[in-house]
Amino acid sequence: MSKVRLLVGTRKGAFVLTSDGKREKWKVDGPHFAGWEIYHVKGSPIDPDRLYASQTSAWFGQIIQRSDDSGKTWFQPGLAPGEPATTPDGMPKGESNKFVYDASPETGKPLTTHMWYDGTQHPWEFKRVWHLEPSLTDANHVYAGVEDAALFESKDGGQTWQELAGLRGHGSGPRWQPGAGGMCLHSILLDPKDPKRMFIAISAAGAFRTDDGGKTWKPINQGLHSQYIPDPKAEVGHCVHHIAMHPKRPKTLFMQKHWDVMRSDDAGDSWREVSGNLPSDFGFPIDIHAHEPDTIYVVPIKSDSEHFPPDGKLRVFRSRRGGNEWEELTKGLPQRDCYVNVLRDAMTVDSLDSCGVYFGTTGGQVYASSDAGDSWNAIVRDLPAVLSVEAQTLP
Amino acid sequence: MIRVVLPHHLRTLARVGDEVHVDLNDSATVKSVLEALETRYPMLRGTIRDHDTLKRRPLVRFFACGEDISHESPDSLLPDAIAKGAEPFFIMGAIAGG
Repeated sequence: MSKVRLLVGTRKGAFVLTSDGKREKWKVDGPHFAGWEIYHVKGSPIDPDRLYASQTSAWFGQIIQRSDDSGKTWFQPGLAPGEPATTPDGMPKGESNKFVYDASPETGKPLTTHMWYDGTQHPWEFKRVWHLEPSLTDANHVYAGVEDAALFESKDGGQTWQELAGLRGHGSGPRWQPGAGGMCLHSILLDPKDPKRMFIAISAAGAFRTDDGGKTWKPINQGLHSQYIPDPKAEVGHCVHHIAMHPKRPKTLFMQKHWDVMRSDDAGDSWREVSGNLPSDFGFPIDIHAHEPDTIYVVPIKSDSEHFPPDGKLRVFRSRRGGNEWEELTKGLPQRDCYVNVLRDAMTVDSLDSCGVYFGTTGGQVYASSDAGDSWNAIVRDLPAVLSVEAQTLP
Repeated sequence: MIRVVLPHHLRTLARVGDEVHVDLNDSATVKSVLEALETRYPMLRGTIRDHDTLKRRPLVRFFACGEDISHESPDSLLPDAIAKGAEPFFIMGAIAGG
């Protein structure tokens, strides 16, 4: 029987939740890396035992962790469990937590500043990895979206990281600016039909696309309208919270923006609003049903200054028409006195026949639906604040 | 032999106990101690000082013989008591909530 594994990143460690295909009873394993912020954990689509985790701390910086046995044991790439940490002559082996912006004249096009909160220019400073996106074809190839916003990749299983500097070299960097959570590259979508095409999103710069494997990038923000920036229709500067793509229809993208839910059917060249009858079109995550490319999910949040559900009711909204017409899903979710948030990487789906949908909250609950959102149950209620949830569907 | 006391999170990361020991070929300075520490425990590279600039991370502080030496030059000599192993060199995370 199939199984589902959920990889949950929280403010104080990582948790691995597993269940059989019925998704009724769950085993909770963790915390891994107790006390550290785990922004994201994600498995390789071609080797589900290979997991990558972003372990981070405002005090002690960025660590990349890897597991080759589905989360039972972890190590920093380049340092296998029990292996000596240095070569016989005492040199360090691994540099897996080293993220250095590319400033080389050949590729870096040194770009030294972005816009700060007060409108002045500010130097790029590496802070943490927000999102890890393993390659669709090679378990040792993985992308990392980082704060301050840039895209890195590793082709040796996370041992070393190189910046794809063409993104920052686009030239619009001085107009990128941090949102409340920092200036982060949080979404990475790999086109399964075109290995050279990738989409990323940055808060607050917008969405970008490459069609040449990451060498050059173009902003894809036409149609976005953001009242909170001086030019609401600017080429860059939009606070995109998350973007999603169904692998069978990679030219259609969905976006949860700071405000507005958006849709593109031309690979991001143009966008239109599909917020429709949502009670609020502010929110963070957006995701797509595994088998129905026009069935999408969002969690409306009251406003940019009140990061909790409207009316104290935790509701997922589902559209079966790719937006505009939304139905509220409440069965099993708290409908009074609920003031949690659901962060941008904290929603995911599995690919079982009856699509499972999952999301985690800042209150430490992880909710699961095994019927595409019709009803929900809390797998756990008292984890640390949940930063990310990823599902793996296993044979 | 230099005795170094790490903060809790770095002990778990390096999988070590309360105190670690490093040997120096050079004179004992913050810089030489950190270099020896990072050579022996490469997983600590980037956690105490920046990978690129080698500057102390903002929320990390260094103490020697009860004195906060975080803002002294990393090339300054450490006290004899540290250099001879009588007292440990403390690396601490700034106290803050969360």
